[in-house]
Amino acid sequence: MADEVVLLDRWPSPYCMRVRIALALKGVICEIKDEDLSNKSTLLLQMNPVHKKVPVLIHNGKPICESLIIVEYIDQVWNEKPPLLPSDPYQRAHAKFWADFSDKMVCLYSMSLLTSKREELEVATKEFKENLKLLEEQLGDKHYFGGEELGFLDVALLPIITGFKTREIYGKFKIEDEFSKLFAWANRCLQKESVSKSIPDQEKMYGLIVEMRKKFGVE
Amino acid sequence: MAIDEVVLLDFWSSPFGLRARITLAEKGIKYEYKEEDLRNKSSLLLEMNPVHKKIPVLIHNGKSICESLNIVQYIDEVWNDRSPLLPSDPYQRAQARFWADYVFPAQKKLAFATKEEKESAEKEFLDALKLLEEQLGDKDYFGGDKFDFVDIAFAPYYSFFKIYEIVGNFKMEEEFPKICAWAKRCMQKESVSMSLPDSQKVLGFFMEMRKNFLGTE
Repeated sequence: MADEVVLLDRWPSPYCMRVRIALALKGVICEIKDEDLSNKSTLLLQMNPVHKKVPVLIHNGKPICESLIIVEYIDQVWNEKPPLLPSDPYQRAHAKFWADFSDKMVCLYSMSLLTSKREELEVATKEFKENLKLLEEQLGDKHYFGGEELGFLDVALLPIITGFKTREIYGKFKIEDEFSKLFAWANRCLQKESVSKSIPDQEKMYGLIVEMRKKFGVE
Repeated sequence: MAIDEVVLLDFWSSPFGLRARITLAEKGIKYEYKEEDLRNKSSLLLEMNPVHKKIPVLIHNGKSICESLNIVQYIDEVWNDRSPLLPSDPYQRAQARFWADYVFPAQKKLAFATKEEKESAEKEFLDALKLLEEQLGDKDYFGGDKFDFVDIAFAPYYSFFKIYEIVGNFKMEEEFPKICAWAKRCMQKESVSMSLPDSQKVLGFFMEMRKNFLGTE
C-alpha cells in the first residue's frame, strides 16, 4: 500500500523548510499544501487543533506537528535511507540540543527584523553574530554538522541561510568575511538538490522581509 | 566492566531538574546529586552548560547533556534494558514528544502574572490544562497503563498545584478531577514521591520569588 504523505506548509516558514528538506533527503513523495495563515484551512485546524500552526505532516491520515518532531519522525519511518540522527545517544542529545538552540535563534531574530527600525537592529545583529560564532565553533572543520553527511542538525539549521542576505544588509556585515566556515557549509549544502529545491533563495526572502517591514511601518 | 559515573547538577525546586531525578529513579540509576546555588553558579555548571548556564545538567562519564527532556530521552536510550519511557512506534513517540513539550509554557505565565496579566494568563492556563485533561481521558497515565515520558514531563508540576490555586483563584480538584487523580496516582510511585520536594517548602520558596519578581504578594 502506498504511503499518503501531505505537508501543510508555508513557503517562507523556516520550520516548514526543515520538513521539506528532510522529505527531499529521504526521497519521500509528498503533496504540499500551501496554507494561508490569515485564513486557515479546516484541514489545518483539524490536524493541529492545539497550536493551529504549520508545518503539519499528515502520514496516512495521522498528523504529526512541530518541525523537529516531524523531522525525527521522518527519519525513523523512512529508515532505509541514511539516518539523519546519529545512533549514539550522546551524539543524538548533542544534535537535539543545538537544534533547539537554533529555534531560539530563528524566533528572536525574526521578531526583531519585523518589529525594529533599522537603527534599532544593532543589538539584535550583535546577538545574532554571537550565536553564529557558537554555531561555527560547533561546526569546526567538519563538512557538515552531521560529520561527513548532512544530518539532523544541518536540517534544523539550514533555514537560517535563507536569511543570510537579509541579515547582511540590515546588519551591515558579510558572513563570508566573519564566518567563513559557516559560509562554506551553506554553499556546500546548497549544492545538494534536496536542499536547493526545498528552500527559497535569499533574494526572495529579502524581498519578503522588506515588504513585511513596510507593512509594519518599520522600514 | 567500567562503572558509569553519573552526576546531576540541579536545584531542589526546579521542575526541570525533577524530570531528570524522577527518570533516574525510574531506571534505578545511582548518581551523585550536586545542588547548585543559582545566584553563584559553580565553575562545573558553567563549563558543562556554557551556552545556557542552566540546570539540570546530566554529566555521564564526563560528558554533559542539557535540557530536561533531552536528558530524559538520553537516559531512556542509554539505560534501555529497563522501564522504557518512550514508545518505540514512531507515531506514538511523536505524540509523546509533542505533549511533553506542550506541558510547560502556560503555567509559567500564570505563576508570574501581574494584576493586569492575570485574567488572560489564567484563561490560557485553564485552556491548556483542559486540553491535557482531555488528552489523559480515562487512562491511568498519559502513557496509558504505564507511567512514561509525558507523565515524567508533567509530574513535577504537582508541587505547584497549590500555587496555581492561590494565584489563579480556582480549585484544581474541581476544575481538573482527572489530572488530580492522575497526580495522586503518580505520587504513589516511589520514583516520584522520593524525588518531589515537600510542596509546602516549594510554596514558600516560590511565593518569595514571586514577591521579589513582582514587588508584591
